[in-house]
Amino acid sequence: MSRAGSGSLPRYILQRILLVIPMIWVILTIVFVLLRVAPGDPVSAALGGKLNAQALQQRRDALGFNRPLIAQYWDYLSSVAHLDFGTTFSDNQPVLRVVRDNGGATLTLTAAAFVVALLVGIPLGLLAGRYRDSVPDVMIRMFGILSYAAPVFFVGFLLQLYVAGPLGLPTSGDASPITVFEVQPKTHILLLDALLSGNGTAIQDVVKHLVLPATTLGLLICGIFIRLVRVNMFQTMQAEYVEAAEARGISRSKVTWRHAFRNALVPVVTVVGLQFALLLGGAVLTEPTFNWPGIGYKLVFYINNRDYGAVQGIITIFALAVVAISVLIDIVNALIDPRVRF
Amino acid sequence: MRGLPTGLLKPFTQTTGLARWMLVVGVLLTAVFVVCALFAPWIAPYGFAQASAHGTPFPKVGHPDSQHLFGTDRLFFDVFSRVIWGARTALEVVILSIFLCVVIGVPLGLASGYYGGWFDRIVVLVMDAMYAFPSFLLAIVFSFLLTNVYGGSVVAVSLSLTAVYIPQYFRVVRNTTLSAKEATYVEAARAIGASDGVIMRRYLLQNVIQSVPVLGTLNAADAILTLAGLGFLGLGIQSTDAAEWGHDLNRALADAGSGVWWTGLYPGLAIVLLVTGLTLVGEGLNETLNPTLRRRRLLPVVLPPRTPTPVPEED
Repeated sequence: MSRAGSGSLPRYILQRILLVIPMIWVILTIVFVLLRVAPGDPVSAALGGKLNAQALQQRRDALGFNRPLIAQYWDYLSSVAHLDFGTTFSDNQPVLRVVRDNGGATLTLTAAAFVVALLVGIPLGLLAGRYRDSVPDVMIRMFGILSYAAPVFFVGFLLQLYVAGPLGLPTSGDASPITVFEVQPKTHILLLDALLSGNGTAIQDVVKHLVLPATTLGLLICGIFIRLVRVNMFQTMQAEYVEAAEARGISRSKVTWRHAFRNALVPVVTVVGLQFALLLGGAVLTEPTFNWPGIGYKLVFYINNRDYGAVQGIITIFALAVVAISVLIDIVNALIDPRVRF
Repeated sequence: MRGLPTGLLKPFTQTTGLARWMLVVGVLLTAVFVVCALFAPWIAPYGFAQASAHGTPFPKVGHPDSQHLFGTDRLFFDVFSRVIWGARTALEVVILSIFLCVVIGVPLGLASGYYGGWFDRIVVLVMDAMYAFPSFLLAIVFSFLLTNVYGGSVVAVSLSLTAVYIPQYFRVVRNTTLSAKEATYVEAARAIGASDGVIMRRYLLQNVIQSVPVLGTLNAADAILTLAGLGFLGLGIQSTDAAEWGHDLNRALADAGSGVWWTGLYPGLAIVLLVTGLTLVGEGLNETLNPTLRRRRLLPVVLPPRTPTPVPEED
């Protein structure tokens, strides 16, 4: 491989980033067309009963709704380029602030869910793949299918009904009011703030609030890990190098855990990144189920208020985040696996 | 395409053990819901938005009993009837959205792959962008918009789901077209003067359409979940317009704290069972059709008549 050839890493990264620009442009255009060119007046949809006609007109002028569409489109694109995602119509807040204030809760939830999914999904997937078509395999696969088939809000409902009571776990919000009052906000991530404060009861309270939502969202994703790891495991078990290792007289269990296991996990890295979109979608459903004060919860709140500005801004940020993560994953993959770069 | 019945049964007869078992269970589960959907007026004892019968109002959040098999909910509706009617809503939405996906996605993919050029570039760019968009968020945006315009109807939700799944059909069809259009028989057809329309309809469509059923089954499972998710967020169908499991679960969530289980358990189970059924069908088909996964039953070898004794069948 020559350093400056087509397989060089910096060149690949540059290509990947350049390719994503038209994609972002098209996504932004789709969002704009859907939410701005749509019939009906977004301002009166959001603020209809609350302001008089004159105030509504003022708001429309301020938001630039009486300007030509092409000018509005240009405004939208250039403000997104400056990382300005507009303001909400109903409570007149910058979308970026809404995302900053609630992003911590979403981040905590998704990260915790990810941990749950990995802890449950990878061991089960490896087991199922190693003993393909045996009783554990069938049971684990059924569990995988069920965890995918059960909507997060149904799992949340069941947990609230049958688990929360006996274990004494809270089912609403991310902390009790006392904790919120006692812990000094520093990082916008309540769990970190609680840990920084060193207040034992506060930490316990925050973790307790996290258990059920994280389990709910984690179960959604663990099914995908199970399926993926399982298929990779038995495909790796059929690979020639595994056969070669066996032929050299290495014991079956050593072949499984030393040789097959590690290689079965490589494709998981890629898919982990791809699951980010699913995780976001799941968070949007999990958060209202548990009144978890994250971005998804806010998004639902604004949807119910018919707030186009907020929906447009939050969706734009979500879409950009997903695209950014996918580029990042591609780059990480290229770092790990040189074959990708060509 | 000759012998359609055997063609349809082919994936089944070629399966072994677990894959066959999965297909059977999946088909049975799905069939139960299809029957519920088709015969909902006869199976369900009451209407989906009926709060009284013979002049007596239903109890509010009433326990399951002989009158109301699954109890009643906060709106006085009979939960059992709503679960049955919900199957009809689900089926309507899934069939309509997949039909629209095929009707729009297949010709678009064909034309895009066949003609190429700037038209192809633009459509591919738009479809890729839609595909890159987190699918549930795309569904939210579309239904947010469509429910504002059309109200929460079956049509509005189906259109939102169509927008989510169309890129997949487009991609599959376009890629197959790209390789199929270089085949010798297409060149031959062109040589004898077949027009573009005839080539696409007579020669390419047959090749391209085969990947659609598996995609349709897998999308159907996902579509049920998306429909329920939208309903849960209040973006789907309203309670009085039709019975929708996701929306019922949203209302049931408030009951969980007071220990009322029947309003949420049954619609939730309906979603789980139907999605499981469709997933099993999809996975079963995948295990038999996907050459990297399948383990086919060894078929008996028929040897030419010159051999005097039949070769024993291998197992």
